Amino acid sequence: MSVDQATVRRIAHLARIAVSDEEVPHLQQELNAILSFIEELSAVDVEGVEPMTSVAPMKMVWRKDAVTDHAGADVIVANAPVSEDGFFTVPKVVE
Amino acid sequence: MNAPANASKLIKGATGDWEIVVGMEIHAQVSSHSKLFSGASTEFGGDPNSHVSLVDAAMPGMLPVINEECVKQAVRTGIGLKAQINHRSTFDRKNYFYPDLPQGYQISQYKSPIVGEGEVIVDVTASEQIVVGIERLHLEQDAGKSLHDQSPTDSFVDLNRSGVALMEIVSKPDIRSAEEARAYVTKLRTILRYLGTCDGNMEQGSLRADVNVSVRRPGEGLGTRCEIKNVNSIRFIGQAVDVEARRQIGILEDGGKIDQETRLFDPARGETRSMRSKEEAHDYRYFPDPDLLPLEFDQAFVDELARGLPELPDDKKARFMRDYGIASYDAGVLVMERASADFYEAVAKGRDAKAAANWVINELFGRLNKEGLDITSSPVSAAQLGAIVDLISEGVISGKIAKDLFEIVWTEGGDPRALVEARGMKQVTDTGAIEAAVDAIIAANPDKVAQAQAKPTMLGWFVGQVMKETGGKANPQSVNELLKRKLGI
Amino acid sequence: MTDVTRLTLAQARDALAAKTLSSVELTQGHLDAMAKARGLNAYVVETPEQALAMAAASDARIAKGTAGPLEGLPLGIKDLYATKGVHTQACSHILDGFKPEYESTVTSHLWRDGAVMLGKLNMDEFAMGSSNETSYYGPVASPWLPPHRDGAWAREALAGDKKGLLTPGGSSGGSASAVAAHLCLAATASDTGGSIRQPAAFTGTVGIKPTYGRCSRWGMVAFASSLDQAGPIARTVRDCAIMLRSMAGHDPRDATCIDAPVPDYEASIGASIKGKKIGIPREYRIDGMPAEIEKLWADGIAFLKAAGAEIVDISLPHTKTALPAYYIVAPAEASSNLARYDGVRYGLRVPGKDISSMYENTRRAGFGPEVRRRIMIGAYVLSAGYYDAYYVRAQKIRTLIKQDFEKAYAQGVDAILTPATPSAAFGIGEKGSADPVEMYLNDVFTVTVNMAGLPGIAVPAGLSADGLPLGLQLIGRPFDEETLFSVASVIEESAGRVALPQPWW
Ligand SMILES: [Mg+2]
Ligand SMILES: [Zn+2]
Repeated sequence: MSVDQATVRRIAHLARIAVSDEEVPHLQQELNAILSFIEELSAVDVEGVEPMTSVAPMKMVWRKDAVTDHAGADVIVANAPVSEDGFFTVPKVVE
Repeated sequence: MNAPANASKLIKGATGDWEIVVGMEIHAQVSSHSKLFSGASTEFGGDPNSHVSLVDAAMPGMLPVINEECVKQAVRTGIGLKAQINHRSTFDRKNYFYPDLPQGYQISQYKSPIVGEGEVIVDVTASEQIVVGIERLHLEQDAGKSLHDQSPTDSFVDLNRSGVALMEIVSKPDIRSAEEARAYVTKLRTILRYLGTCDGNMEQGSLRADVNVSVRRPGEGLGTRCEIKNVNSIRFIGQAVDVEARRQIGILEDGGKIDQETRLFDPARGETRSMRSKEEAHDYRYFPDPDLLPLEFDQAFVDELARGLPELPDDKKARFMRDYGIASYDAGVLVMERASADFYEAVAKGRDAKAAANWVINELFGRLNKEGLDITSSPVSAAQLGAIVDLISEGVISGKIAKDLFEIVWTEGGDPRALVEARGMKQVTDTGAIEAAVDAIIAANPDKVAQAQAKPTMLGWFVGQVMKETGGKANPQSVNELLKRKLGI
Repeated sequence: MTDVTRLTLAQARDALAAKTLSSVELTQGHLDAMAKARGLNAYVVETPEQALAMAAASDARIAKGTAGPLEGLPLGIKDLYATKGVHTQACSHILDGFKPEYESTVTSHLWRDGAVMLGKLNMDEFAMGSSNETSYYGPVASPWLPPHRDGAWAREALAGDKKGLLTPGGSSGGSASAVAAHLCLAATASDTGGSIRQPAAFTGTVGIKPTYGRCSRWGMVAFASSLDQAGPIARTVRDCAIMLRSMAGHDPRDATCIDAPVPDYEASIGASIKGKKIGIPREYRIDGMPAEIEKLWADGIAFLKAAGAEIVDISLPHTKTALPAYYIVAPAEASSNLARYDGVRYGLRVPGKDISSMYENTRRAGFGPEVRRRIMIGAYVLSAGYYDAYYVRAQKIRTLIKQDFEKAYAQGVDAILTPATPSAAFGIGEKGSADPVEMYLNDVFTVTVNMAGLPGIAVPAGLSADGLPLGLQLIGRPFDEETLFSVASVIEESAGRVALPQPWW
């Protein structure tokens, strides 16, 4: 499988990464190089094999239901590029 | 799914009958102190970003750890829905960008949910019951909230809701009318509240419905559906189903076709409209969350939770019908809320259970409804109402006086028995006093006596006169018996 | 006074305990060395005030007799670890100005045990790279001189674009370079596909990637959650053992972190390996393997045999599939893990006409080309219609890779010996500019270990014809890091400690 330029633009948008017209052909070539590398796997027989879900042999730990984390609004927005009255501010989203 | 259409549910179009098909995804907030994957509070309200942990804000390097109580609540709910509990389930990431989704993905259960198929028995009317299939129930994170109308240029993001646990309960497309849709959500809400797994508070958004509506000609396969997002009241759910079905019928009858899309119900305009912003084709790129291992537990864990569950509404209803001999519909009304059922049982215990049901449903619920109160804030307690029922059955007061007494207890409070005593509301059962009144009235109205002997329905007039004479306190049964004997009818 | 930076971590510890040296002296010695070595670009941030304050506190604790296991020992911290109030950007522009309000579990374990922080170490952006060239803060130079070059030439190159100098490998290039150049006693690092072991091999240092789940990932900027694991780089096997004991341990905030006691790894150093079964996987003998790597491997086998180990040939038939499968799994997880960098809550924001263009502009400007490439590959392999063909298939292959190892261990193999890298260190600007896959091939021997979640250690075992260090890798059973330390210390002893370069910078 290889990607065309329209697909490169679609993936870039899916990943929310701006791409300029000039870089599309270059990106296409790089992505296709990687894709042709991973293409080797299509020859591997995986019939009846379970996909790995947890790499380590352990059971998931559960938390007790307790309020243990009070970061505080000031801490939460401390690193925000833009914030106002404890809210994060973003360009207006049209519903 | 393709059972023959119920004729009474069909909608008449210009070109013939249509059947509505509805399936629902209910998002129910799990009752817990802390969030699904973080130790932040789930408390409603609060200053913006005040109930947010570093995990909820998706700070770099933060990891989710599952809240044990949320798992238990989902299992309890699964048991309440008579559903299959999956001993192994997994969490997946649903990837999309939105400012109130800090991680850039929602942790949900896409491939294998914690709860599988189940069912809900729904009383639609006094005489009609349906069974709605449950497809699945899964745990997932709620998103934060964006405020869009505070500024012309900006939206403001508050993450207090971010990460709160939700149960998404997906029904099968087994619902055939707006009325059934309302009844289904009502019943589901009842079950959740009984279980204590969701408070069911729709104003605060603890219960929201995505309503999938399609229409078809009776007997045909499923039509194209539209999903009406986030309807937040039971009344609106009914309205949304109706207006959306009519919109679709209109399009189809004009020869058009339905586009599968997400729509929004606007209660003010009584219409649904397309959500443009969601039109962009989504590709959620689901995959198992690598920060979490599979969610696993054994049957002993499920059994333990099952043992801890309260009697559920269907069981309680069956018991009320069996033990108290009350009608199915009445029993259904009584078990709608656990507190109402408990109240009823306190009134009915050791008393005439049918009379108790009448008083609870007709007098008390009627009055509470009128005042907009719920059972937990009833001014009349179960003990007080029980005393009123006792006074009637002991013949101390008549049913009519009892209504006056109820009113006094409602507004002024007090011990009903003492009130009857103090205010002279006692029924006259002394046959001597009643007999004197009867004799006096017979003596004063010889013409009416003749009429009554010819036409026994005149008896009522005499009863009325005696009651008047005794200030309504005469025992009506004694009055009747005496009059019949003395008039020879 | 002797140069305190020449001490090993264990020697420095013992000197502090014997009170022949103070932590302030030790720390100041390292700060001075760092100041002279800025050209190497190993540190992106130095924290001298904090270091000296921590050192003084350590000296006080040593005086009081309440010293911890790492008391007063100055360390470098990879920029991947959240350090409270201190620059934490995973060497990415997108985390511009980010100073967390929290401390990662691994670093808080180090401070609990008394260690001193010297600063934050350079790395490939978000740990994506094998040469430290993807860092927003520029490449790191190895202290090793390229063949046939002298210090004068190298100093000039250092002042320029560093082209032609050797890379220390990556992504923990800053860690490896700082340790090899004696700019800290040891460093934290992290390994997703080889990012501890490859730079350790390139710089003549020791690095261990412990079993997945041995160290907490809480507060480590995530690259690929199912592969990432913390570990140390140090100058000796013993120093690595001391570091890992402090870094490891249960953390209720990481659901994938094991709740099991941490052994005293240092006790394994020098333990006999007599009768241990060492597996030699035939699939690692790849086409075109340089003769010097072949020889290194043969030497390693000879060392272990001489120490009484039993050498057995084994087969790990799915070895070849590991690297391509890794380039599906890691980018897929990364594309999702890096979605949080959106210009809303922290880091860089580049305005746009609407929310979507704000996202797109921010992520275009904030991520470097390698990170953008991997995010896009990841988004593609997870997208509708491709998920099963790529991601699910890769996860099935992971199961097969893990089963290969399980079969070998079931035959009684205690550890597996392989080369750590297919070559010695290469030059800055030399690889991957035309074809990204060329760079990826660096991880061919290390990536299988991450895919199977196993522990792996890289230990220097000899020099190339050009006089550059070469490393061997030992792969262990899950949570059996102790065997790795024992066997690695035999190789270290037998090969003779690599003489690290004297300062020319
Ligand atoms: Mg939905
Ligand atoms: Zn949902």
